[in-house]
Amino acid sequence: MPLGPGLLDELRRILGPDGLVASAEGRLVYECDMHTFYKGAPDVVALPESTAEVVAIVRLCRGERVPIVPRGSGTGLIGGAMAPLGGVMIGLNRMTRIVEIDLANRAATVQPGLINLWLTRAVQERGWFFAPDPSSQMVSSIGGNVSTNAGGPHCLKYGITANHVLGLELVTGAGEVVRLGGKVADRAGYDLTGVAVGSEGTFGLVTAVTVRLLHTAEAVQTILASFGSIEEASEAVSAIIAAGIIPAALEMLDELMIRAINEGTGAGYPKDAGAVLLIELDGPRAEVLAQAERVATICRERGALDVRVARDESERALLWKGRKEAAGAVGRLAPTYLLQDCVVPRSRLPEIMRALRAIAERHRVQIANVFHAGDGNLHPLILYDDRNPEELERAKAANEALLHACIAMGGTITGEHGVGLDKAKNLPLQYGEADLNFMARLRRIFDPDRIMNPGKLLPSHPACGEGFRPARPRVPEGAWI
Amino acid sequence: MALSAFAPPDAPDLEEIRKCVHCGICLPQCPTYRVLGEEMDSPRGRIYLMRAAAEGRLTLTETFTRHIDLCLGCRACETACPSGVRFGSLLEATRAQLRRHGPPPRRRFLDRFIYAVFPEPDRLGAALGLLRLYRRSGLQRLVRSTGALRFFPRLAAMEGLLGDVPRAEPLPELYPARGRRRGRVGLLTGCVQRHLFPHVNRDTARLLALAGWEVVVPRGQGCCGALELHAGRTDDFRARARRLVATFPDDVDWVVTNAAGCGSAMKEYGHWVREASGLAVRTRDVTEMLADAELPLGRLELTVTYHDACHLAHGQRVRQEPRQLLRRIPGLRLVELAESDLCCGSAGVYSILEPGIARELLELKITRIAETGATVVATGNPGCLMQIAQGARARGLDVTVVHPVELLVRSIEGEAI
Repeated sequence: MPLGPGLLDELRRILGPDGLVASAEGRLVYECDMHTFYKGAPDVVALPESTAEVVAIVRLCRGERVPIVPRGSGTGLIGGAMAPLGGVMIGLNRMTRIVEIDLANRAATVQPGLINLWLTRAVQERGWFFAPDPSSQMVSSIGGNVSTNAGGPHCLKYGITANHVLGLELVTGAGEVVRLGGKVADRAGYDLTGVAVGSEGTFGLVTAVTVRLLHTAEAVQTILASFGSIEEASEAVSAIIAAGIIPAALEMLDELMIRAINEGTGAGYPKDAGAVLLIELDGPRAEVLAQAERVATICRERGALDVRVARDESERALLWKGRKEAAGAVGRLAPTYLLQDCVVPRSRLPEIMRALRAIAERHRVQIANVFHAGDGNLHPLILYDDRNPEELERAKAANEALLHACIAMGGTITGEHGVGLDKAKNLPLQYGEADLNFMARLRRIFDPDRIMNPGKLLPSHPACGEGFRPARPRVPEGAWI
Repeated sequence: MALSAFAPPDAPDLEEIRKCVHCGICLPQCPTYRVLGEEMDSPRGRIYLMRAAAEGRLTLTETFTRHIDLCLGCRACETACPSGVRFGSLLEATRAQLRRHGPPPRRRFLDRFIYAVFPEPDRLGAALGLLRLYRRSGLQRLVRSTGALRFFPRLAAMEGLLGDVPRAEPLPELYPARGRRRGRVGLLTGCVQRHLFPHVNRDTARLLALAGWEVVVPRGQGCCGALELHAGRTDDFRARARRLVATFPDDVDWVVTNAAGCGSAMKEYGHWVREASGLAVRTRDVTEMLADAELPLGRLELTVTYHDACHLAHGQRVRQEPRQLLRRIPGLRLVELAESDLCCGSAGVYSILEPGIARELLELKITRIAETGATVVATGNPGCLMQIAQGARARGLDVTVVHPVELLVRSIEGEAI
């Protein structure tokens, strides 16, 4: 959809000459986020520096019925920050200020473009941190985290982004500025903050976020346990949780992933293991030490080949660097991959891992695994070479098969990455007609003219018709379950 | 697939480009992204542009060139990259393509001046002689008081960069090893280092000798070619690399540099000039050479902070050696500099070509330095030395900017050197 010259002039007037990316080269690099499979370049990229500028852009676009696509650091994994219908992309990378740190009230207010880790860095010397820690936290923006309701390794104990957002300033698709929630937790009326977190830019653009800060635990123990097989490691996960221990994080990595990480980050994970568990315990020192002892015992009972505890902060940091950069290190295995984000009830981990292996064999694909074992949130990376169309087809087929396998085991289609363009089609697997229609109507309240991030989150944008008539969820033939 | 915009020789390696999985971990580490907040001025964006050109989706337009040339070449993205993309060599190859098949340079005169003077030690010496005259004659005071350079930001950047221009005496050709002899090394004296920081070369040679190395300083050695490599002028670079290989005697165990940019380029000679790979594997930074040396270090009551020169930390992965050396000086307190490995904006001739971005980075660097409370900043590259000294002067921040070897020598002085 080419934009009228009038609109470009107006945008230039709002943002100044440096606030707009209109060149073909510039627009091209904004055509995809980390999910490079989906590409769609915007007609122009706007880089506002204030809420007022965001409001002016949204009102302008609304008047012209031009689609808007919000974008943070472009690390999403669902094709969320790309423009399938063109239009105006709003990059929030110049709104990166920390507006306020209020430790007495355990809160901070930041602009949406602020990088997640930078908030923790700003308060950690005073003994505080921001808990949601998606693996991309060294680059992803807090606005983006809010938009996808991002998770992360430590969400097992601390909860996901939604549990840490106290308030939002939202510029709706109608161009209004609304304040949802606030620093004080007990508020009258609807919990609109909860509604807006995870809305993936379909309601509007978040221009300020007030978050909860937590106090750093007295002690931390990070344990690396290696196992002969991923099934054994899965059994150990269930046993740890069944013992009543809630680790801060409980992550699993398989053999293929370990190889990429060791090459890419020098994290020094055991080379000969079929799988490793990265287990972190935090809390009061005495409790943590006792729990670490129990966890080590449980792992050994379940056949662990080796259990080691990080000796100091630098060893701990290196283990985590390996885990967090896993998806980035996969470039060492293959040039492209599909990254799945489905969830199964934790008790069925061993079962889904067997199913996964069968799917990989059936579709002749390599699958590397790194995931949040503690909450059953899988992240299989299906490797393929995008120069080989047949390989891509097999990867896609394996991806869908995996998703259906998870649903059949009582799981969900996304744990933390969100829906985006990638899984909009899969949403009916999880929701009925009435649910989807209700969500569409809710969306319309925030975005009456359907300009906000069209094509994302819901199966078809309401522009295509009023209601949804999703096909009945169906598990494909050749069941492996 | 459409026709690639790149053509041999020196075309960027598409396989290397494809190692980028678009994760974006490089973004916050990239100085131009930090300043501009735009994807096409980030490593991920630049790789995407290279890929698009290699796959025939883009041609080598002015805008393409602009985004590639705006990169400082600091290679912080390589340190950040979990997939191990060698961005530096991709950048150099892409620039080589631009120099051959791209649009003409935007500032032809400045370009020609820089590459005619900087890598030619004799010409640089002559130019600096004129500059010394300019300063001493009072002309500089006149120019500064009239603000005449206001309208020439690049000339102003060049003018402001230079502190005092010392008179450089050539070093002796040979420093005999002292104490237990460990071997024989060659010293690269560099271009800028030789003329603006001659004492750094002298200190380097004396320390190496003290550590047991016989030091050869070949006369008539030219430039290592780093400046040209980073600009994509690969033919000139190769010629210089070959000449430099011929300059150093075959029997030296190591060739030592004290300028991060030179060391980084020399260590990568093998990638570009097969017959220079022998020199490449024998190149060491002076701090690597001294790491395990026994030096009679005396007391130096100083609070020092250390700035990682990009081509030392990212280009050569040398981070610990200079810090450990400094910590060995009794009485010296080393305080860590926040974001110590973020580029100071110098980047070879970048601060002259892109004064705006360079200034913003310098401002950030000076702010961070001020936060440490240190009175001395140590860093291992002449460009950084000049840039940071200028930034501190402009801010009125009372810090001395030195090469680590200067502190080592100062701590030994009177005892053994």
